[in-house]
Amino acid sequence: MKHDVPERYALAFRLYPYAKSPDQDAARPVRHKAVVVGGGPVGLATALDLGRRGVPVVLLDDHEGAGLGSRALCFAKRTLEICDRLGAAGPMLGKGVQWNLGKVFHDNRLLYEFNLLPEGGHAMPAFINLQQPWFEKYLHDAILAAQAEGAPIELRGKNRVDGVIPGEDHATLEVMTPDGPYRLEADWLIACDGARSPLRNMLGLGFDGRVFEDNFLIADVKMKADFPTERWFWFEPHFKSGDSALLHKQPDDIWRIDFQLGWNIDRAKELEPARIRARVDAMLGPDVDYELDWCSIYTFQCRRMERFRHGRVLFAGDAAHQVSPFGARGANSGVQDVDNLCWKLALVVAGLAPDSLLDTYDSERVYGADENILNSTRATDFITPKTPVSKLFRNAVLELAETVPFARTVVNSGRLSMPCTYDGSVLNGADHPDMPARSRPGSPCPDAPLATGWLLEQLGRGFVLLAIGAEAPERLEADGLTVPCLQLDPTEALAARYLGGVPAAIYLIRPDQHVAARWDSYEEQAVAAALARAMGKE
Amino acid sequence: MLITTPNLAKPDETYARLIATHDGLSEGESHALNARLVLILMNHIGDDMVLAEALRLARDPGAV
Ligand SMILES: Cc1cc2nc3c(=O)[nH]c(=O)nc-3n(C[C@H](O)[C@H](O)[C@H](O)COP(=O)(O)OP(=O)(O)OC[C@H]3O[C@@H](n4cnc5c(N)ncnc54)[C@H](O)[C@@H]3O)c2cc1C
Repeated sequence: MKHDVPERYALAFRLYPYAKSPDQDAARPVRHKAVVVGGGPVGLATALDLGRRGVPVVLLDDHEGAGLGSRALCFAKRTLEICDRLGAAGPMLGKGVQWNLGKVFHDNRLLYEFNLLPEGGHAMPAFINLQQPWFEKYLHDAILAAQAEGAPIELRGKNRVDGVIPGEDHATLEVMTPDGPYRLEADWLIACDGARSPLRNMLGLGFDGRVFEDNFLIADVKMKADFPTERWFWFEPHFKSGDSALLHKQPDDIWRIDFQLGWNIDRAKELEPARIRARVDAMLGPDVDYELDWCSIYTFQCRRMERFRHGRVLFAGDAAHQVSPFGARGANSGVQDVDNLCWKLALVVAGLAPDSLLDTYDSERVYGADENILNSTRATDFITPKTPVSKLFRNAVLELAETVPFARTVVNSGRLSMPCTYDGSVLNGADHPDMPARSRPGSPCPDAPLATGWLLEQLGRGFVLLAIGAEAPERLEADGLTVPCLQLDPTEALAARYLGGVPAAIYLIRPDQHVAARWDSYEEQAVAAALARAMGKE
Repeated sequence: MLITTPNLAKPDETYARLIATHDGLSEGESHALNARLVLILMNHIGDDMVLAEALRLARDPGAV
């Protein structure tokens, strides 16, 4: 009998067509080490990271690839660094559009321009614009490459999870396929099934936060216009196509246009192509030739689960937290979840770290989610003031911004996603007061050029010691791990980013390229203690 | 620390200038001017602690 696993959305790329798995004919449910539910950017990155760390992983998605419609667009430097660690960044950089210049308008006046002026000496740019389906496709390409090198990753398309039974030491899933239902078991279940997370609902877990009473029309248009590659943002635009508007360049001559429509709208009517064209015409002027590529209307929420870990079930990405798109934090923060989770799960699965290490996934990423929610809530409140007095101050800021420099720093059209520093994490060890704040314990390592290649290329497989202008042994053997030590001469960039006021430094770096602890000289006992702590053994 | 003791050399003159600045403005324009003024002064003061105290005091003048 044929069963149906209907597509809820059209595909941009068919990546992992359904194929029947022997699990479906097994007499008893087959047990897997790790099962990922959801093949969005977060699920794909999780499968890739776990597989590359040697953890056998099965990914289930009720579709067979990347959905059409671009959604996420801006991918931040930290995301690209993580993707580079996962072997996926090259093609993203190749296809993506790089930009640094932004312009902010109020009504018909240009208030000011800004240049992100990225600091030199980093392998990755500050940001690229790339449509989400391409981001997913390149992650999938990296999965194929990893599989070819033996990474134990299996993707199952048209596998829809309809039920979950949590257990002490595993979870059982009920899965529907075109060949009918089957069950499978997971030692560890990673729920990456998106903002509406069926798994979260099946487990009866809450998802509380704030709904913003506003609608945003997203129109991707294809045009051959020679607008510069800049981000243009209008508050109360003179062309009256919305209360705010955004124009942003994507690859393939596609431009992302956002219009803020307000709360009480007729969705169906606003989505009529003629109406959308009227808004776009007013913005671009009458003589610009374009086609509508993809349009959609969104309302935004800022919310998160109270906890991201529920025994053997771990939530990541939009399933765990949702933000408004101002500041491009959705997919970017989801990829940071992956970065944080996978090394911990790999150590726990290998029996090298205690189960409680995974509680720090919860504490560190809840901290990250709160930071993102705070930032995107503030941006949303600035863009769509909620009270008359809030609008009064917002417009006062805009008025001053044209002539008075300080006011420009208050204008908030979305603070671009910066990586999270896990200040106060239980995994953090010793700090040194004279070293730079930007590389304190908990922070992601700033990149730096080396004699050949880049610092970050040397980090991320496991724990690593950096000895910058300092004496240290070649490796440390402790807690079942071999921690190699990278000896580096203090170049200008390394000195500025890692030494600050000291002549030499030892850094212990976690497998997610975050700093665990740092000292001004090597002392085995102290380093071993910090390693144990960073593995959750305290 | 927020200064709450007299700090204006010529209080009458300064106050009169504040009122005169609003001459001829509609109520809406006056509100907008005040908002700009608050922002300008906040930036000048800069100190977060002082500003927090000032905001508290403005909200509840009884709480000195
Ligand atoms: C207009 C807009 C603009 C945005 N711009 C940006 C941006 O510039 N930068 C940024 O970082 N983020 C942006 N985002 C957010 C970004 O799109 C999301 O954060 C991101 O897609 C989350 O990825 P995810 O993998 O967690 O979830 P999703 O991408 O939602 O993936 C979930 C997957 O789970 C599958 N699934 C669901 N239920 C089941 C089931 N029962 N069984 C099996 N599979 C299931 C789905 O089919 C889907 O493939 C934007 C979002 C919107 C709406």
